[in-house]
This record gives sequence, C-alpha cells and structure tokens, in this order.
Amino acid sequence: MQLIACPHCGPREETEFHYGGQAHVAYPAGNATLSDEEWGQFVFFRDNPKGPFAERWVHSAGCRRWFNAVRDTATHQILAVYRQGEPKPVVA
Amino acid sequence: MTAPRTPGADLPDHPDFLWRNPDPKPSYDVVIVGGGGHGLATAYYLAKNHGITNIAVLEKGWLAGGNMARNTTIIRSNYLWDESSGIYEHSLKLWEGLEEDLGYPILFSQRGVLNLAHSLQDVRDSVRRVHANRLNGVDAEWLDPQQVKEVCPIVNISPDVRYPVLGATYQPRAGIAKHDYVAWGFARRANELGVDLIQNCEVQGLDIEGGRVTGVRTSRGTIRAGRVALAAAGHTSVLAEMAGLRLPLQSHPLQALVSELLEPVHPTVVMSNAVHVYVSQAHKGELVMGAGIDGYNGYGQRGAFHIIERQMAAALELFPIFARAHLLRSWAGIVDTTPDASPIVGLTPVENLYLNCGWGTGGFKATPGVGWCFAHTVATGTPHPYNAPFTLERFTTGALVDEHGAAAVAH
Ligand SMILES: Cc1cc2nc3c(=O)[nH]c(=O)nc-3n(C[C@H](O)[C@H](O)[C@H](O)COP(=O)(O)OP(=O)(O)OC[C@H]3O[C@@H](n4cnc5c(N)ncnc54)[C@H](O)[C@@H]3O)c2cc1C
Ligand SMILES: [Zn+2]
Repeated sequence: MQLIACPHCGPREETEFHYGGQAHVAYPAGNATLSDEEWGQFVFFRDNPKGPFAERWVHSAGCRRWFNAVRDTATHQILAVYRQGEPKPVVA
Repeated sequence: MTAPRTPGADLPDHPDFLWRNPDPKPSYDVVIVGGGGHGLATAYYLAKNHGITNIAVLEKGWLAGGNMARNTTIIRSNYLWDESSGIYEHSLKLWEGLEEDLGYPILFSQRGVLNLAHSLQDVRDSVRRVHANRLNGVDAEWLDPQQVKEVCPIVNISPDVRYPVLGATYQPRAGIAKHDYVAWGFARRANELGVDLIQNCEVQGLDIEGGRVTGVRTSRGTIRAGRVALAAAGHTSVLAEMAGLRLPLQSHPLQALVSELLEPVHPTVVMSNAVHVYVSQAHKGELVMGAGIDGYNGYGQRGAFHIIERQMAAALELFPIFARAHLLRSWAGIVDTTPDASPIVGLTPVENLYLNCGWGTGGFKATPGVGWCFAHTVATGTPHPYNAPFTLERFTTGALVDEHGAAAVAH
C-alpha cells in the first residue's frame, strides 16, 4: 500500500484518502457567454498525461481537508504535496 | 549403442507460426496504431470487408499484450440504451459465428451472465434494463433469488448478508471466450490477407501537414500513411496529444486475478456492480475475477492491494465456497474511461486520423463489432451506423450515451 503525505497530518496509508482528479481547474470566468464547446471542455475534458500530474486528494478518513499533489502517473510516485491555494511546486 | 540425447531434443517441432514478423515498409494505405484486439480486428475487417490490404498494425510491445491479454473476457450485449444495444448486439452476433469465420478455436462459450441486484434501486434499474433489452431484441430475463440459485448453485442467496441478492438480470447468450486465441485468430487471418503486423514498434509522433495526417514517426523509423487509425486503449491520450487533440479520457489501472485450477464449480458468469466483483471459471478451471478501477489516474499496469482485498471480501460473501481457493496471480491493465462510460469511435478534427477509444473496462466484448464498424469508418471516411452515435462531438452537443448503470464498474 502506498503512503501519501498529507500536508496537514504527514504520511498516512492510501486507504485514508480519496482522489479528486486534475488540480487547478478553475470555474470558467464569463460563464454567461461561454460556447457549448467551452462548457464541454470545462465539464468533460481533463488532462490525462503519462508522467507528472497535478491532482487533488482529500484526506477523507483523517483531517478531511483537500490538498494537491504532483504524482507521476507512470510510476505512481508522489513528487510533491502542497496545500490548497499554494502554487504548484516546480518538480524536476 | 545409442548416442546420448540432448534434453528436449525429442520434443516435436515448433508449431506453425501464426503470422510473419515483417520489417515496416516505407508507406501504407492504412496504419493502425495498437496491436490489441481492436487493432487486429479492424485490420482483418478492412481486408475482408473492404479489400484494403496494404495495412500495417504497429504495436509498441508484443501483439495483444495490453488489455487484450489482461481482461476477464466477459461478453454480453445487455446495455441500456438503443445506441449501445446496436453496437454490442452486432458484436455478439459476430461472436456467434467468429470461430468459423476465423477458422481458429476461440473457446467462445455462451454460458450466460447474471447481473446481480442488491438494493431496491438496483432491482428497479435492472428490471428497466431487461425491458429495454427486450425491446431491442436482446435476450434478457429477470430472475428472483431462487431462480438465480438454479442458474448458479454456488451463489449465496441468504438474506443474512451485508448486500443480499434480491434478484438478477440474466442474458443466456452472453458468455466468455479465450482472449489470447481471439487475438491470435484475428492476427493469423489478417496476416494471411496481407496485413503487416509489426511488433516492438512504438509510435512516437504523428506527421500532420495542413490539417491532415500523413505518417507516423516510430521507434523503427518514419512510415507514411494514407490514413491513421488509433486503437491504443489506455494510451490514446498520449497519442492524441501528438496530434494536438485533447480527449475526454482518463486512464486508470484495472485489476483482475485468477485462482489455482479447480474442479468445475461455476457454470455461468456472475457480475455485481454494487459489491464490485465479477467472476467466471475459465475452461482450464481457474476462477477469473475482476475488480473495479483504482481511483487515481495511472499508466503503471499495476494497482493497489486494498482494491483486491475489497474485491475478495465481496467474492467470499457471494461465493462462500471460494474461501479456501488460493490466489495464483493478479495484474492490472490501463483502461481509458469516458464521462458517460461509452466509447468514442469515429472521425477527428484531423483529416484521415480516426479514433477508437474510451472502451474503458468493457471493450473486449466489442472486439469483432468495433473492428467491423471502425474498419467501415476508416475505409469510407464515414461512421458506420452502429458507431455514429459515439462521436467525440457528443461531449459538446450533450448527446451522451450514459451507460454507467450497465457498464461503469462491471464489464
Ligand atoms: C483487468 C481487466 C479486465 C477487463 N475485463 C473485461 C471484460 O470482462 N469484458 C470486456 O468486454 N472488457 C474487459 N476489459 C476491457 C478490455 O480489455 C478493453 O476495453 C479492450 O481490450 C481494449 O481494446 P484492445 O484490445 O485493442 O486494447 P489493448 O490490448 O490494450 O491494445 C492497445 C495496444 O496499443 C498499444 N500501444 C499503445 N501506445 C502505443 C504506441 N504509441 N505505439 C504503438 N502501440 C501502442 C499497446 O501496447 C496495446 O497493445 C478489461 C480490462 C482489464 C484491464
Ligand atoms: Zn490530513
């Protein structure tokens, strides 16, 4: 089982967490005038890289707070964790 | 006095090879990316139905070593919506004649599938699906718990379990087949018809000139192509990005496992969406069980152990007889899931680039059907009526085909 380091609680077992998909996807601005295509992109399309991916996790069986992580989707290695509101760290 | 023999020297000759291993030619009419079931079936039907034989299937690893080698082989067509009935039932009809068509054994066994219901909502949804299936000419029955027990005596229908069995849908024509044989059968016939099957050939770039794809750059050199058809399952997003396309796909690990070989105990296929397990017994005797997807995106062809633990707990509650079975091995594939649990098969904004993906956890059953329809799409430049609803544009127009109820966890 993988350990995930919650930025609030430290390393805990993966089963304490839930996944929230791609991070930093903002609700679109000017949404009264968005085209169907732009709405479609916001609702249905997310990045799906093989490699480092900034994504949301929630420590649901712990502090119950959301945070972000950069994880390599090819190796499952977590490269960085950071709190909500903090900028995405640069990882090598 | 006889001379000493080298060990193994008395073994029979190597069996006939099923296909050539040619070097890539500089150019093809059609290049298919991905040598899984879908790529191979597409090549076969392009040659057989459309007379296009100057085709290469490019596979980065070995033939059918991706999800084709990793799935739990469940075949059925009892999906909810008319659009899905069309393509899955077309596929099931092809399965029914496939062994003869390919001239190759595929161990297709129509032993039926039970989709269990564990809650009142499950029951309502299931009964609705049975009626929808019947309206579409798909065989479907609703069974009460006692009837479930008659079809599959080892299912625990006791009311004293956490998720009691309240009934099941039953599709008698559903079943399983041997995935490797299916791939080899398609590969062998495609090869006979002149298709080049090229292994260890990874596509690393797509050449696009003036909005039209003209070739592929591979680990074995550049190959020019009249048309390029993507059939790369879990890696489709990576390839689409080479053409500047963003797709509504997320790649996840999906795990399965087998037990040691056992006496025949399980006569059918049992699936349960609610408790995340599906089980059949392969011809050789191993119990084949699949799980739900791992929650996070992953390209690693491995998943987390707690998923398997949960799946085994569910399996044991449904089948107490499995308690002493030993797990032999487990593995994962990478499945490409879509927001509506339906595939994407059709044209792309790039001319001559065709897309087949998004089959997620359930595309094995579609192998002949999608091969047939994708071949039509590539050959004619127009979607076949059965894949016409499964466009990329539906994520803009909103014309989704929501099969989460019939497809999401289970296959
Ligand atoms: C554990 C598990 C259980 C499943 N159970 C079922 C089931 O019971 N019933 C069912 O209907 N479906 C099931 N599925 C889903 C089914 O396996 C897939 O939907 C289906 O196999 C996908 O089509 P394919 O066979 O062409 O994919 P694959 O066999 O994955 O073929 C894609 C190929 O593309 C190749 N490729 C990728 N990138 C490149 C590149 N850049 N260049 C060259 N080649 C490339 C890959 O190496 C791979 O061989 C299951 C899947 C898994 C993982
Ligand atoms: Zn925490």
